[in-house]
Amino acid sequence: MEQQMRSSGNSPKGGWLSTLIDLVLSYYARIISQPFQSGLVWFLGGLGGALFVGWILFPMALYSEQTQPINFSHAIHTMPDIGLDEPTELGRCLHCHSFRNDGTFAGIPKLETCMECHDDPESPLGETAEEKKFLKQYVANEKEVPWFSYYKQPDCVYFPHIAHVKMGKIDCRTCHGDHAKTDNLPLYKKNRLTKYSINIWGKHISGYKANTWDRMKMDDCAECHTKTGHEENNACFVCHK
Amino acid sequence: MMKEEKGKYKYGMVIDLDKCSGCGTCMVACASENNVSVRADESDKERSITWMQLFKITNGKPFPDTEVSYFPRPCMHCHHHTPCVSVCPATATRIDYNTGIVSQIYTRCIGCRYCQAACPYHARYFNWWDGYGLAKPFSKGLERALSPEVSVRMRGVVEKCSFCHHRLMSAKSKAYAEGRREIREDEYIPACAEACPTQAITFGDLNNPRHKVSQLIKSPRAFRLLERLGTEPKVYYLSSKSWVRKMADNYLPNQFQQVTKAMT
Repeated sequence: MEQQMRSSGNSPKGGWLSTLIDLVLSYYARIISQPFQSGLVWFLGGLGGALFVGWILFPMALYSEQTQPINFSHAIHTMPDIGLDEPTELGRCLHCHSFRNDGTFAGIPKLETCMECHDDPESPLGETAEEKKFLKQYVANEKEVPWFSYYKQPDCVYFPHIAHVKMGKIDCRTCHGDHAKTDNLPLYKKNRLTKYSINIWGKHISGYKANTWDRMKMDDCAECHTKTGHEENNACFVCHK
Repeated sequence: MMKEEKGKYKYGMVIDLDKCSGCGTCMVACASENNVSVRADESDKERSITWMQLFKITNGKPFPDTEVSYFPRPCMHCHHHTPCVSVCPATATRIDYNTGIVSQIYTRCIGCRYCQAACPYHARYFNWWDGYGLAKPFSKGLERALSPEVSVRMRGVVEKCSFCHHRLMSAKSKAYAEGRREIREDEYIPACAEACPTQAITFGDLNNPRHKVSQLIKSPRAFRLLERLGTEPKVYYLSSKSWVRKMADNYLPNQFQQVTKAMT
């Protein structure tokens, strides 16, 4: 009785508001105090399950994982004294990932480039098992290594590296991360439906992007063009072919 | 409607109909350069995809007064109120005023074909079938002839001449490799202009007075297709025959003489 008196609100200010708040609170209090009868448990369980499937299981099923044929160490090859004999850091990148004379980018080097140093299948330059495997399987047979390309763009995309590296003066690591310091190659994950690498499509299913190299979609190109004041390069036929 | 801006470059083409012999090399060169697809049965030419189309026109007079002229027709890359661009609901086709080239993005096209209806020049084609990198059974092996510079089209999208835009991008990359920012006049020409055996097709920057095209369009022989629509096509024709120039637009009786007088 007392409670009813109070909630019916004889005070002139905010009477209806406190009634409404009381009503809502008592509604939720009933749901929480009787989780099974009110269906709260089933709802939360279903929501959690759906999120688990959608955000964890589905992405795991969507991407196939493959390891690179040889676990190449960029760190050893770019070390100043041991690795490639080039004065600058960019030069060490471009020694293998080179530009052709017509300005096109060669991308992943061919065996020929590796064999500039690793020319003798009998005498390895290092001591790792990976190098021995490389010499035995590929150099000895003169067979190209079937590398997986993390950043292969779809057919409709035209990306000139030279415009960005030479003319735009953008460092390799700005877009690709500090690969020169890594000892292991990351897993190659391919979307089973679209056949595109996870590095193109984005590492996070929510679309969250922490680094440039997490995702390389059209919006990411446009974002950088806009930020750096090259909005004229957001025209369709600049990146599409 | 996009706002018309004054861009740095304005690429255009001049086709000399007095030189054109109607051999069709431009059509073949275009198709092979741009991965233009073929169908299993190409006998129905009405449905063939031809970015560069060659028309034959005659003055309709009996022998011995019969005259014939050939009319190569690429995309006109209209500079003003580009009809296809203004109707596209998917922003799949745009005009870049920095180059003047009207782009068509196949992956963005939804295949509604409004642009085809809007184009006064019938320069746009719809893919009723998958192109030959994609259509597997009949085109097995044909994909080896594809150019990697141009993406293949799937069924359900519209395609058209791009002024061999990929050649502009390659020319730019080459210029960058050599440390230049500007490309030379001869570095970027479309496949049709390069292949033409009579050199009837000239290509260049209409904004640049030193380029050959900007001199040729001042010729009294110069005219454009359906010029009075006001779409400012960037493909010019040259012909010394007045009946050819008359055929390029629609006139009321006796109006053509007035128009030509007004122009001179």
